[in-house]
Amino acid sequence: MAKEMTGAEMVIEALADQGVEHIFGYPGGAVLPIYDAIFHQEKVRHVLVRHEQGAVHAAEGYARSTGKVGCVLVTSGPGATNAVTGLTDALCDSIPLVVITGQVPTHLIGNDAFQECDTVGITRPCTKYNYLVKNIADLPRALHEAFHIAKSGRPGPVVVDIPKDIQFAKGSYFKPNEFQHKGYRPKVKGDIDKIKTAIELMRHAKRPLFYTGGGVVNSGPEASHLLRELVKLTGFPITSTLMGLGAFRAADPQWLGMLGMHGTYEANWAMHDCDVMICIGARFDDRITGRLDSFAPGSKKIHVDIDPSSINKNVKVDLPIIGDCAHVLEDMVRLWRASSATPDKKALKDWWQQIDKWRARKSLAYRNSNELIKPQYAIQRLYEATKDKDVYITTEVGQHQMWAAQFFAFQEPNRWMTSGGLGTMGYGLPAAVGVQMAHPKSLVIDIAGEASVLMTMQEMSTAVQYRLPIKIFILNNQYMGMVRQWQELLHGGRYSESYTHSLPDFVKLAEAYHAVGIRCEKPGDLDGAIREMIKVNKPVIFDCVVDQNENCFPMIPSGRAHNEMLLGDAAESVEDAITEEGKVMV
Amino acid sequence: MNTTTHYPAATTTQQIESHTLSVLVDNEPGVLARVIGLFSGRGYNIESLTVSETEHQKHVSRITIVTRGTPMVIEQIKHQLERLVPIHSVFDMTVQGPAIERELAMVKVRGKGEHRMEALRLADAFRARVIDATTESFVFEITGASDKIESFIGLMLPIGFVEVARSGVVAISRGPEGQGAVDKPL
Repeated sequence: MAKEMTGAEMVIEALADQGVEHIFGYPGGAVLPIYDAIFHQEKVRHVLVRHEQGAVHAAEGYARSTGKVGCVLVTSGPGATNAVTGLTDALCDSIPLVVITGQVPTHLIGNDAFQECDTVGITRPCTKYNYLVKNIADLPRALHEAFHIAKSGRPGPVVVDIPKDIQFAKGSYFKPNEFQHKGYRPKVKGDIDKIKTAIELMRHAKRPLFYTGGGVVNSGPEASHLLRELVKLTGFPITSTLMGLGAFRAADPQWLGMLGMHGTYEANWAMHDCDVMICIGARFDDRITGRLDSFAPGSKKIHVDIDPSSINKNVKVDLPIIGDCAHVLEDMVRLWRASSATPDKKALKDWWQQIDKWRARKSLAYRNSNELIKPQYAIQRLYEATKDKDVYITTEVGQHQMWAAQFFAFQEPNRWMTSGGLGTMGYGLPAAVGVQMAHPKSLVIDIAGEASVLMTMQEMSTAVQYRLPIKIFILNNQYMGMVRQWQELLHGGRYSESYTHSLPDFVKLAEAYHAVGIRCEKPGDLDGAIREMIKVNKPVIFDCVVDQNENCFPMIPSGRAHNEMLLGDAAESVEDAITEEGKVMV
Repeated sequence: MNTTTHYPAATTTQQIESHTLSVLVDNEPGVLARVIGLFSGRGYNIESLTVSETEHQKHVSRITIVTRGTPMVIEQIKHQLERLVPIHSVFDMTVQGPAIERELAMVKVRGKGEHRMEALRLADAFRARVIDATTESFVFEITGASDKIESFIGLMLPIGFVEVARSGVVAISRGPEGQGAVDKPL
């Protein structure tokens, strides 16, 4: 049934029909009609951010912690360009978003009008799809299709650019179920013959390994559940990418920890030496593979991915299976149970013995101190203090992010929000705002670095305004730590511009925002300070002053293979760790 | 670092090949920009590109792209194209063939006397038609595979070649089956 209404009202109606409860945004000239429509209703709650980038990251945090589509509303021109970083971030990490941007009236498009920019042109490479709606009759379809495209297949951000005259224009609104996209049909079921072959390969594996990624989390809780079942059934070891943490229980003995550039010794060596690799929902990113020509050289590779363009992009695989992780895992579990062949028990036992030897190397070990807080220790204490709570973690980007991934043991999916693909400093604080909005009763902590968090610090205002008791746990080493680490390893210790000079007093800064500031400088005070932070029912900035010189290990230097990783206690030999060839890589 | 094992670097150099891709797309604003942006953004080559609406009722256009790369890159290009929402299907004419490829060119030649006669004789041999003539020039229309057009231009150079306009390659598969706007895998 068609209902007559204005374009602006259609936007709100469509959001409500798509089940949207919160939208993150910032008003401006070209979206005023939509803001007027927001004023007149209570179905969709608007969250006012302090910068459009913050709106997109908040929506990302919201989406990743709930499995729903995150929604953003920004104005034309600078509103849209400020959203670009968040859009690119969401594209890299496959986060479903619908971002509505205002545009100058259709008759002014192309005239360099005030606050005009070519939004669809600018966002074309950083969205899964985008629309410029130049006719009111196209608006309902565009809005509903945007949600469908954002959440189906490999999820991603979709922009709907709506000129102001279209927001004022009257037209007929249709409900979502009255549309079907004309060509877009993502394939979710995997090819059953290929899955059978995969099970066959797994049955005969002597040194198998599961390598899982963000695709399992994106596929929904059912995928994580099935993954756990399959791992249990097979008895194989499992590792995961940064994005995939939480899909499998970190407390499980079959868990090897994260792999890749800052992954554990056992995960990377197992990856290097495995004979059957079962990659599920991961994409062989360069942070994972290291040097490509010596990446898992003796292995048969099974690759389950919903996106055909992920197959054979970086690494040639032997058995690609196109499909949604949950569907393929369901088939795998069923076929494994039905299969009569028994796995090579002796070989598996030997494999586990080898893995235990690697584990015994204790690659995450660090030298603790009574004088200075070691950043690793801070994360460990934070984990101990929060592990029995309903906790969600977001991060910024850098050393603290890697330490969080290494030392915070995630047991459930959707609890870990981090910027993996794009590596966006400033992601964590606004993401925490989004997560807390979706989970008002939960404990939401942004594990941050002092440099990153200053990039989006203004969102503290948002947190205070909406009474979101997020905790900003800053590992403050007064350096852009990862930059400093690379300069130490690669550039002869010439710390060019990586010292974060003239830092604010974070305690006073918190107070200036009407939030709570806590500073901790001694290891002995840490537990008490963390307890205090958790107890406060207000936003908190926790300034954890840590050792300035700590480096993040283990580390696979650029251009090296998995079996050439650097360990913390071998850190003295770092000068020649990276080859000339490796230096040009990122 | 003494425990490292050394694995010899695998040879990864693959042959560079030229492939012709036929892409059926929704004829909507910006669709060509999506395709071209994908090629420039990911560092792929475009040697030739033609586009025109081919099914007016359904608003479907056919884009024919000639590109170069290793087999792994060509496969990537194909998958990356298939990923774009308004793209219906991608056919690699070079692999999924057999297919026919043609190009049209209009070649302007200027000259007098014996050069004019020679130009006409060569045009006849290449089955090129005269579509414009003045007392001192011709414009020839020639169709064929790209290398035929290349050699025709090569022959016209000493005779008085002025300029050429080329359509770029179009291609279609042989046999009774059409490419059709099939549902895409993603």
